[in-house]
Amino acid sequence: MADEVVLLDYWISPYAMRLRIALALKGIEYERKEEELNNKSPLLLQSNPVHKKVPVLIHNGKPICESVVALQYIDEVWNDKAPLFPSDPYLRSQAKFWADYVDKKISSFARKLWSGAKGEEMEVVKKDLFDCLRLLEGELGDKPFFGGETLGLVDLALLPFASWFSVHDKFGTFSLEAECPKIPPWVKRCFQMESVSESVPSPDQLYDYVVKMRNSRQE
Amino acid sequence: MEEVKLLGFWPSPFVYRVIWALKLKDVQFDYIEEDLSNKSELLLRYNPVLKKVPVLIHGGKAIAESLVILEYIEETWPQNPLLPKDPHEKALARFWIQFGLEKMRPIHQAYFPAIGEEREKAAKQYQEVLKIVEDQCLGDQRFFGGETIGMVDIVYGMLAYWFECMEEAVGVKVIEPSILPRLHAWVNNFKQVSVIKDNLPHHGKLLAYYKTLREKLVSARSTLPTPSNHDAS
Repeated sequence: MADEVVLLDYWISPYAMRLRIALALKGIEYERKEEELNNKSPLLLQSNPVHKKVPVLIHNGKPICESVVALQYIDEVWNDKAPLFPSDPYLRSQAKFWADYVDKKISSFARKLWSGAKGEEMEVVKKDLFDCLRLLEGELGDKPFFGGETLGLVDLALLPFASWFSVHDKFGTFSLEAECPKIPPWVKRCFQMESVSESVPSPDQLYDYVVKMRNSRQE
Repeated sequence: MEEVKLLGFWPSPFVYRVIWALKLKDVQFDYIEEDLSNKSELLLRYNPVLKKVPVLIHGGKAIAESLVILEYIEETWPQNPLLPKDPHEKALARFWIQFGLEKMRPIHQAYFPAIGEEREKAAKQYQEVLKIVEDQCLGDQRFFGGETIGMVDIVYGMLAYWFECMEEAVGVKVIEPSILPRLHAWVNNFKQVSVIKDNLPHHGKLLAYYKTLREKLVSARSTLPTPSNHDAS
């Protein structure tokens, strides 16, 4: 039986972006269904009744929810190429630790940055964000990617958020290059990979989107 | 065999998750009690990022965060598996583990230091979330893992013993048999499993610990409190 893979998606969701990159890296053919978040499809509501959120990976009719759970599933089922996780259990645990760190710490800063934190609150968010990104820089070290020579779990977990932070960079909210100099080149290296550039919007495309949204709100 | 050490803190349900997993797989380990008000050099060296327990040290390498540790244990000692073999079933187990982490934590943070009428409101919210777990994860099974306990049972283990002490400290019960009958039954079944029964902190000491902790949180209430200071996983 041929594999049927469907992704319930939303193009700018950082969590959905993780899965699109993973599916591209593994060369998995799938049907992408873009969801309207204020008009969720019956398929989404049926596939993720608990959270009613994207992304949802549906493999031969069976849904898998939660992006990191889905990444593990993808790696286990399509284990013939592009491993997302190291094979050594200790290194796997380290990758999971840092992916978990991104989910616990970085995602909450992303939310606060976009929710319009102002003044002193914004300064605290920025400082905390940079402290966390610097720790991640330490973990990256001199490797081209967190996964070593190729993209791994931590790259996929962090890249969509880092892409969004680059947008703030362009707006002049802060300078990633000044605060975390290893992050912008790492983002650039990731986007040089076809699996990334063809799967997710680049920081420039995200920036254009935000500008358009802001202009349309002002009209 | 390489040496296994576990850095722990006696009241922590997160630490017990690791103890249970190691015992279920018959893995010998040394337990080292941490004084979290005076963190040891060992803890700061092996978990410099988060400085929390539990930390598992295997052959000199440290793994932190209880959920990450559980997966490491499962992969390193495959006997008596705690996760299903089928990838989709495994994904479901991991989904419910994530659910417990994401959905329950903010509700718990509202419940534990709640005072007066807030307590009933917080208890009701807790019950709504636990109803989802009861209906969609536990169902009619004896355990979350089916006939025997698995990783999901271990992760939800806090509800089976620690939570009773917290309920007593707060003064408003959540896991009422009339509202959550199957979860209530699970609590009793889980506590009877021999590895669990033989590895639980002292009830009286735990109750005193949570009463003291709750008093501190209630009196310090100006910012969002956390229910425990020992681990966030």
